[in-house]
Amino acid sequence: MSNIRAVAANTFREAVRDRVLYNLVFFALLMMAAAILVGQISIGIERDVIISLGLSAISLVGIFIAVFLGVALVSKEMDKRTLYALLAKPVHRWEFLLGKFCGLVMTLAINTAAMALGLYAALWAVQHALKSSDAYILTAIYLILLKLALIVALALLFSCFTTPFLAILFTTGLYAAGLFATDLRAVRAVHLDTATLEFLRGISYVLPNFQNFDVMGLVVHGRAVPAGFAGYATIYAFLYITIVLLAAMAIFSRRNLK
Amino acid sequence: MPQAAIEIENLSKQYPYGFLNLRKKKSLESLNLRVEEGEVFGFLGPNGAGKSTTIKLLMRLIFPDGGTARILGKSIDDVSMHACIGYLPEQPYFYDYLTAYELLDYFARFHGLTANDRRERVQVMLQKVGLETAKKIQLRKYSKGMLQRVGLAQAILHRPQVVVLDEPMSGLDPLGRREVRDIILELKREGRTVLFSTHVLSDAEMLCDRVGVIVGGKLRGVGAPGELVDMKAQGMEILFELPKEAPNLALMSKATRTGDRYRLELQETELYAVLEELKAVGARILLVSQIKGTLEEFFMNLVETDRAQASAVEVSGK
Repeated sequence: MSNIRAVAANTFREAVRDRVLYNLVFFALLMMAAAILVGQISIGIERDVIISLGLSAISLVGIFIAVFLGVALVSKEMDKRTLYALLAKPVHRWEFLLGKFCGLVMTLAINTAAMALGLYAALWAVQHALKSSDAYILTAIYLILLKLALIVALALLFSCFTTPFLAILFTTGLYAAGLFATDLRAVRAVHLDTATLEFLRGISYVLPNFQNFDVMGLVVHGRAVPAGFAGYATIYAFLYITIVLLAAMAIFSRRNLK
Repeated sequence: MPQAAIEIENLSKQYPYGFLNLRKKKSLESLNLRVEEGEVFGFLGPNGAGKSTTIKLLMRLIFPDGGTARILGKSIDDVSMHACIGYLPEQPYFYDYLTAYELLDYFARFHGLTANDRRERVQVMLQKVGLETAKKIQLRKYSKGMLQRVGLAQAILHRPQVVVLDEPMSGLDPLGRREVRDIILELKREGRTVLFSTHVLSDAEMLCDRVGVIVGGKLRGVGAPGELVDMKAQGMEILFELPKEAPNLALMSKATRTGDRYRLELQETELYAVLEELKAVGARILLVSQIKGTLEEFFMNLVETDRAQASAVEVSGK
């Protein structure tokens, strides 16, 4: 456990020193601009616009970091050969991977928490108060974080057996496909035969279903996210991440370094 | 037989190359090697001979296609074995956003040291490798030689019983080389086993109890540097000066002149006759010695005979 903690802490330190958290400045500026402008251009729906914009920005910035840093977690260490000295220590390869995963998720959690504060500050600026329904935003942010953790796991998996470019391509491709997993399940096209429809249905269950983490529609309109929905998303993310990480560990445990 | 520090049995490794990696080139062929506890063992070979491949296999950075290896009696697949070994990679590169202090502290954590122990060990190591004044500078600002020193410090930080160094002198200035040599000798005095690869033969001659020469992925010779070169020892040499009035001798046609001195190489059986002849003309004998082959000659001989194979291995994508 201490090995995983050490790798995770170093991964977080790397992100901080490589100025990854500078994106918060961009987010802060965006929220300030939104808070100032929104009152002038959208009468009555300031709150909706701020929440939509804020959650979208939190999600997009997070996805960007999760994909690019997630892929770099392993590939950068292999390219630069920083891994050599580390793996010669009494460290299991799976501990290294898990530490890297935890370190980046920790970075994303802190980044997301800081952006959430920015979002609440912007809300307070336009409403001059916070409503009880604004607490639902926290559930949305929690689900975004689960989504980001899943993306990190996928990026980590791909970077264990392919080039960084392809790993980025596969991760973003799988994310895009996963946004339509539920829709794929409901395809009823008349020109497709039964076998194809069954195949699509099967694929839809294998793909990571990112629609499980999308509650922006509810939160923007001040409605609570059902506890069952968040609970299901949590269990789903946990199981999917576990399976993906186990696959990554299995591949990486026999990977020849350059 | 006492337990060896490092035991390698039939270790083999192939590297894929070419279209879709379908072709394979042998990088290491059934390597058998035994390094005894407490000895300094030099692993010699030209570039691409299989030295780094062997070391990477021992460090489980790559996996063998066949064979086994044990360090201190434990299989190399046993991760706990790594608590007793230290490793310096070839051309080491470390997390450049860390300072030397932070890097050593980070690596020390994997050896279960307490915060106090870590602080003390890191401090001692930084002093030992001469980086105490640069300990708060990020590694991205370090020179190649300084990185090599950090690499050496992390390899011996936890006082390992076996130290494996891949080209430890690479990129160092003469002072740095001297310091590394001193550290290796200090490790030997402390009873630790050191395996290091090099293609600088003078380093091996100076430091090693035994050396192994690897060419084209095959081990071609193992023994003390003296034993290996004795196989090639041959002839005698005489260094002498002649008086100005000395007559012209027939043997002078074989001598090499440098200033007033002459150097003559001959067979041991001819020695006394030639000395008599030189004595007769009043020559001043400065030196009579046996011509010993050098480790370099032994090494070059092996490399020359196996050049084709050695170059083929270099093509294997290393």
